[in-house]
Amino acid sequence: MHPPPNSTRRQFLGLAGAAAVLGTAPVVTLRPAEATPEMLASAIRNVTGGVAVKTGKVKLDVPPLVENGNTVPLTVSVAHPMAPEDHVSSIHVFNEKNPQPNIANFHLGPHAGRAQVSTRVRLTDSQKVVAIAKLSDGSFWSASVDVVVTLAACTEEVI
Amino acid sequence: MASALINVPAKAKRGDIIEIKTLMSHIMESGYRHKASGEAVPRDIITGFTCRFNGAEIFRADLFPAIAANPFFSFFTTATESGKFEFEWIGDKGFSETASASITVE
Repeated sequence: MHPPPNSTRRQFLGLAGAAAVLGTAPVVTLRPAEATPEMLASAIRNVTGGVAVKTGKVKLDVPPLVENGNTVPLTVSVAHPMAPEDHVSSIHVFNEKNPQPNIANFHLGPHAGRAQVSTRVRLTDSQKVVAIAKLSDGSFWSASVDVVVTLAACTEEVI
Repeated sequence: MASALINVPAKAKRGDIIEIKTLMSHIMESGYRHKASGEAVPRDIITGFTCRFNGAEIFRADLFPAIAANPFFSFFTTATESGKFEFEWIGDKGFSETASASITVE
């Protein structure tokens, strides 16, 4: 009377999922031209080890509109004291759409005085930039900024 | 040849928080660019930067191709005693450069 339960559909979906996983594996080894939000998430997981990241404390200064993605000033500051028993131990910066999700990892110590780092980065497209700070107590805090880039960086042809 | 620009205050009071700025000349070739002929330009970036004060590490950075050419860093430290800051950059193709700057703390 009724068609058999969903077992065949489940099997099919399982196979399709496996195929999708197999299908993406070579793409990763070939280094895609663009990172994906999944790669961003996995890069963040590599740093946090799965610990929940709270929003706040971190301030990410990057211009919201960038004319030249080849050199974008970026400053990360963390509103947290730098005392030997309680300090910011590292700051990690990620992007969403560059070929690689990582931008830089900065390792600070209790003698850093102030949890603030500036550098200049490349952005290949309009995208989200994420900064994550790790405190000495093992907690993670983050901030993100959406940046619009008019002239893309780093994947153009060499003339 | 590569060269570094370092900005460290020559003098500070004990306990002051001082800013250190460094700039290293380097192309930071990302490895994602192609020549007109289609062949990829090999990656050539600085992968690590370390700042030590009187031998103890006070700041370190792992770098990726997303860092702009001629990597610039600004960071802070607390002036505790007179001494010497030593800076080291390492990268692809055996790149290695060092620089140093002294500070007098009163």
